[in-house]
Amino acid sequence: MSSDAIAIQTAEAAGRPWVATLHEWVTTVDHKRLGVLYILYALFFLVIGGIEATIIRVQLMRPHNDFVSPQVFNRLFTMHGTTMIFFVAMPILFGFANYLVPLMIGARDMAFPRLNAFSFWLTAFGGLLLYFSLLGGNGLYGAGNAPDVGWWAYAPLASRAFSPGHSSDYWTIALLASGFGSIATAINIIATIVSMRCPGMTLSRMPLLAWMNLVMSGMVLLAISPLSAAQIMLLVDRYLGGHFFDTQAGGSATLWMHFFWIFGHPEVYVLIIPCFAFASEIIPVFSRKPIFGYPVMVGATVCIGFVSMSVWAHHMFTIGMNSYANSFFTITTMAVGVPTGIKIFNWLGTMWGGKIQFRTPMLFCIGFLFQFLIAGLTGIMLASSPFDWQLGGSYFVVAHFHYVIVGGILFALFGAFYYWYPKITGRMLNESLGKLHFWLFVIGFHLTFDLMHIPGVLGMPRRIYTYEPGRGWDTLNYLVTIGAFVQGIATLVFVANLVISYFKGAKAGNDPWDAWTLEWSASSPPPVYNFASLPTVSSRRPLWDLKHPEDPDSRYE
Amino acid sequence: MSTIATPLREAPLDWILPYRGKVGMACLIIAESAIFTIFVVAYLFYVGKSLTGPTPREVLETPIFYTICLLSSSLTIHFAGKFLERGKRGAFLSLWLLTIVLGGLFMYGTGQEWHRLIYEHGLTISTNLFGTTYYSLVGLHAFHVTAGLIMLSIVLLFGLAGRVGPERFRHVDVLSLYWHFVDAVWVVVFTVVYVLGR
Amino acid sequence: MVWTRGNLGSSSATRQPVVNGSLWRGCLIRMDETHCKADWRAIVSRVAGVLVLLAGVLLAAGLCMATPHDNSIPSIFEPHSTPAESIRHLSFFVLSVTGLIFLVVFSLLSYVVVKFRSRAVDTEREPAQVYGSTQIELAWTIIPILIVVVLFLATARVIHAIQDAPKPAEAVEITAIGHQFWWEFRYPALGVVTANELHVPVSDSSHPTPTFVKLLSADTDHSFWIPQLAGKTDLIPNHVNETWLDPHETGLFLGQCAQYCGTQHAKMLLRVYVDSPEDFKLWVRAQQQPANEDAKEAVGRFVFERTACLNCHAINGTNGTGRFGPDLTHLMSRRTIASGAAENNSQNLRMWIQNPDSIKPGSLMPAMKLSDNELDALVRYLETLQ
Repeated sequence: MSSDAIAIQTAEAAGRPWVATLHEWVTTVDHKRLGVLYILYALFFLVIGGIEATIIRVQLMRPHNDFVSPQVFNRLFTMHGTTMIFFVAMPILFGFANYLVPLMIGARDMAFPRLNAFSFWLTAFGGLLLYFSLLGGNGLYGAGNAPDVGWWAYAPLASRAFSPGHSSDYWTIALLASGFGSIATAINIIATIVSMRCPGMTLSRMPLLAWMNLVMSGMVLLAISPLSAAQIMLLVDRYLGGHFFDTQAGGSATLWMHFFWIFGHPEVYVLIIPCFAFASEIIPVFSRKPIFGYPVMVGATVCIGFVSMSVWAHHMFTIGMNSYANSFFTITTMAVGVPTGIKIFNWLGTMWGGKIQFRTPMLFCIGFLFQFLIAGLTGIMLASSPFDWQLGGSYFVVAHFHYVIVGGILFALFGAFYYWYPKITGRMLNESLGKLHFWLFVIGFHLTFDLMHIPGVLGMPRRIYTYEPGRGWDTLNYLVTIGAFVQGIATLVFVANLVISYFKGAKAGNDPWDAWTLEWSASSPPPVYNFASLPTVSSRRPLWDLKHPEDPDSRYE
Repeated sequence: MSTIATPLREAPLDWILPYRGKVGMACLIIAESAIFTIFVVAYLFYVGKSLTGPTPREVLETPIFYTICLLSSSLTIHFAGKFLERGKRGAFLSLWLLTIVLGGLFMYGTGQEWHRLIYEHGLTISTNLFGTTYYSLVGLHAFHVTAGLIMLSIVLLFGLAGRVGPERFRHVDVLSLYWHFVDAVWVVVFTVVYVLGR
Repeated sequence: MVWTRGNLGSSSATRQPVVNGSLWRGCLIRMDETHCKADWRAIVSRVAGVLVLLAGVLLAAGLCMATPHDNSIPSIFEPHSTPAESIRHLSFFVLSVTGLIFLVVFSLLSYVVVKFRSRAVDTEREPAQVYGSTQIELAWTIIPILIVVVLFLATARVIHAIQDAPKPAEAVEITAIGHQFWWEFRYPALGVVTANELHVPVSDSSHPTPTFVKLLSADTDHSFWIPQLAGKTDLIPNHVNETWLDPHETGLFLGQCAQYCGTQHAKMLLRVYVDSPEDFKLWVRAQQQPANEDAKEAVGRFVFERTACLNCHAINGTNGTGRFGPDLTHLMSRRTIASGAAENNSQNLRMWIQNPDSIKPGSLMPAMKLSDNELDALVRYLETLQ
């Protein structure tokens, strides 16, 4: 990763001392540099989280394996989940939003550039703090100790009585810090989109990526804030002797569950909506058609935003809510499937009648469509609360949400990498390596996560460091682990592609994909000020208008 | 790599969007409202569930005077802004100062109440669920008032140094939006803690 | 209304494709044309790959399902109890609806990918620029809504049937208390206390004797899950839950804690013995007896009463009344120790008492550090507790 970062710097500052370049990057308030910092930071943690996942899988390869101790295993899955959600998925998506939103709406920077730098560094220190627990978790006198309470830290397991020492404090404070960073970024993205659009860029002409990031940011405001509030309460409990989640003093363990999932479920949409945005930009360009049903796509996104605020307790079907509450959360959860389905159909509608070019970004988007379809359908199964009483908390759920996060989010992200890498670096990613990466990853992904559904159906609960032989889980777990290694190799191919193409890739030019949104009118990489003079747009596809002056989009809007 | 951007049409002058400061503050207020909502829900959820005393009915006294102080500071900051817009610097500064004094009075009231609860009734944040939720909710609000007072004081200092003129109206307006929010939250906190919670 | 260029208002016609080549601008580069052929092969191999994978998944699932019916595989699709059976009915319905949706959308996706791929010829022309269609959007909004309504109604019925089931007078009532990392079972009406291995009577449909389990927790959250008997329900401190079983077949059913509860969550196993009514009566009568007193093993009993054992464990008829660990009054009536982690034999008992971490690292039972003589005596004594 770091060679990538240094390489970008050297291109910009040939001949200057490296300290000056470093200083420039550390103190930068340029949205593009901050975007790149976010992405590199997240890729670094992606590798760490991936290593953790690999160790988990090796431990589960055979029943009664003792590759790691139960204590280490519990820390591993806690750190894996926390890292992947808060220090990989969130920052990488914020990184792309930071880089792309101002360019796509024809602005020169974000609305609050300094706040932007502040949010990045807050998030960055949050991640470092979480991993500092490996050194400081037991205080100065003991060996290190990472948090082991699971990524949702249910009460009372995370209270002082059951989690002594400081490991859970690191978890709490790291999430609080990065949470404030996320809220600040969300404020920044909204203010940018509302106040910084270039002339003519009305809301109905905004690229879908901007629209979806607007909705995502609104959800961050309403979702991350409850998490921050709950973390403050947990800190009050742990440091000031409060009783919010102290079941011995009349406190409620279920209250924490509610607060956590009021954050936790919208968070899934916070992560997936920017990926919808990538798909909505990439699929039209490689189908050579405008997005099908633009206003419906916007409406469906906003609808998902609202409905997903009222589905959180579907993570809690097993806690003994009454039948009315269970029915309510069943119907709301299933209802989210409707706007989500509309989106899938609109992407299909976009491809219908097009001339689909199977470049790597498009391959990843098709993979995204296929896997997200399955993830949505297993989600419907889990929404049916009696079915969830069996499947919830089992490996079926683990398979389901990895289908969303890896099969959906990560695939769309890879697509975004291949699509915008030329803009960010000025060079194309290697197409052959890209296709190798894609196919290896598809094979590894399906080997791992298709099979992982089955042990759940056969009664294997999640978060167990080992399991009994003879329950029908052995072979499946063995194959799942092999799949994990295939995914690991595919990721190495991707990293190699990033590095090699940075030095040896073909020159990209301004607009390698013959695309239609404003970022492709800037040079690659864009200058600090993005646009020498602010552009004016008169349709959703300003570059189409430019390329087809005899038949511009603006005539039909 | 190409350094020449694809040419696009230049911008017309009549393209006006909302002020980013105000949009940003509105977003901050939404996020803060969500945080307060969670604390209010926790407070209401735990009303009457403490295993030991003291109870709110026994120890809480309704802070009418300090509430009036805080709520009227919304009026003073509003008119301070209006005077600044019209360029009446003296009136702006004196109303601004009055706002800070009213906010300070409110904080004094909170401090006095906490002192009384801790030393006379022995209620601390770890005494029972009421103590935990009460100090957290009221404390979170007091923290926001304090943050507001610090920002107001900075503007006052700049104002006294003669560096806040009518051209700064938009910036000052953003701050008063925050102050109105803090006041509005107090209305909720007051209702929850001193009316519903007893 | 189909929203196409130049044809706003007409329902089907689309505008002529725009010829693109002559308008080409300097800085814009064109796709190479060779990749189109390669892509065709890519599609075929992709579709084939997906089909092979699907077949593999089905095969694997089939293999797993086809194993002998000894209940050693706690599959949710082989239920032997009323609530688990109604969940299976529902799940088959949900699976067929979602499976149908999958087939339809997947076929559409495959069709689109194959049919509308860019061909080597005519790459110069952009396809017709279609923006959308109100009718189509309405169709794929309304149909999913109808599907959701149907799925919801089917689900709501089962929620009600399971959660609001009336408790018959013949029901056996049990209190299950989750501990880190073992299960305490109390039968208040029968005066029986046991651990980790639950005994319930089989329930005849003509004469139902379901078992209602009240769920409590002594420390952190746990979850009570025997896949073949019922869905899971959490045990949460300061929050009473209830679930019920209605088994139709005798035998041993396996389950385990399904909510992460701490270090040894993985070895908080759960065994449910469904007994015939006669066996259940016999078992209850045996459990109601006071602990076996064998004068020969007084030394072992002395070790139990003198050391820290009795702080946590109870043996009826001795000084030991602790509830932090399992009740040992009828220890030898259980087939496993350490919450199902090891078989109940003298060798494992020795190992468990001397160094619990060797069986279950991180369990809360301390290493007792007894001398060999004390250990022998204690194990002999425990083995008399039939």
